[in-house]
Amino acid sequence: MAIKSQEERAISAEEDIILVRNSVKRVTALLNFSLVNQTKIISAASELARNTLEHGKGGRAIIQLVNDPDRVGIRLTFEDHGPGIADINRALEDGFTTTRGMGLGLGGARRLMDEFVIESKENDGTTVSVTKWIEKS
Amino acid sequence: MTSETVVALSKLISEFKAEILSEWIDHQLKDPARSQSVPEASIRTNSAEFIKLFEVAAAKGNLVDISKPEWEEVQHMLSELSATRAVQGSTPTDTAKFIFSLKQPLFNRLNTAHGQTTSEAAKSVWELSLLLDKLGLHTTEAFQRTRESVIRRQQKEMMEMSTPVIKIWEGVLAVPLIGTLDSARTQIVMEALLQKIVDTGSKIAILDITGVPTVDTQTAQHLMKTVAATRLMGAECIISGIRPQIAQTIVHLGIDINDIVTKATMADAIKEALYRGGWVFERQLDSASISR
Repeated sequence: MAIKSQEERAISAEEDIILVRNSVKRVTALLNFSLVNQTKIISAASELARNTLEHGKGGRAIIQLVNDPDRVGIRLTFEDHGPGIADINRALEDGFTTTRGMGLGLGGARRLMDEFVIESKENDGTTVSVTKWIEKS
Repeated sequence: MTSETVVALSKLISEFKAEILSEWIDHQLKDPARSQSVPEASIRTNSAEFIKLFEVAAAKGNLVDISKPEWEEVQHMLSELSATRAVQGSTPTDTAKFIFSLKQPLFNRLNTAHGQTTSEAAKSVWELSLLLDKLGLHTTEAFQRTRESVIRRQQKEMMEMSTPVIKIWEGVLAVPLIGTLDSARTQIVMEALLQKIVDTGSKIAILDITGVPTVDTQTAQHLMKTVAATRLMGAECIISGIRPQIAQTIVHLGIDINDIVTKATMADAIKEALYRGGWVFERQLDSASISR
């Protein structure tokens, strides 16, 4: 898998989430994702960016355009150096939340995307990486 | 900076205050690029005030660190000047030039006082230049801050502007939501909507999300809170403007909206609202002037 281009955005305030969404939107449109998939990717980005802000106390988003022999895709990586997640399986359960949210963001983002990788160490931070592919035409 | 240089400089400033000031004002007024937004009278008063404060501050012997208390009044004056000029429509360059244009008259004085070639003069010019640069940058920063506060105010106004609550029929309200539905906007919408429900005695409110680009769990949660609050007031909510892609995303996210009435379009929502209110409409074909 090759990375064709990369864009980085800091997430330190609510407005940054909107900027991340707009960057993601631009890339998904560029890749010719269907409207439904564009919306799914943008929503997943929105959920994960908000997690980075609210649970990770801020961090950064890396938006990558990735390339395989037969497909292209968008990979979104969200990094923070916050408190980390104690029990990842628990965090992925629908309805589990440590704030006053709905507890659907992380699991929802996994369902909206094709690939989902999460790494977290307590007191060290969390990295979530999600990818959605589209076949080369 | 050696203390002799400082003493010499501050002596020079107080000795030739009047000359420096008139030369400075002259310089500013003759600047071909001078913006017309600042009247001559205020250039005169601003300049005189600045020289007065500058002289006092310079006499205290610190020409390096403008964050020290002796420069507080100068800084304050410059901040206010920047703010006033920003509102008047000056550019940051105009405002910074106010300070930078003081260089020439000051340096002229220094050169005449020391003679053209002494290294002492060069050193003083350098020190003064650094000082004035710092003060100039300070005006730019102050200018920036003023602009930012303007932007923040506009953001707030925009937020209030884009959330009207419209009475579309007897007992039916509509709220066309536009943009990102964050907690601040939800709060404004909710307040306006609940108040209007009381004022009009409406029983149905239509929340239209056609203009909301992204519906994530937070947006959904905000919508549900608005629906719940509306119910507590004895009214019902219909959410309309749900595009196909949004519907699919909501399902994938796992958001449960079973107890909320939703419609694809505002037109469907209006129809539903009127039906519930007992209104019946009939189309008279012979007088219809537009075809479907």
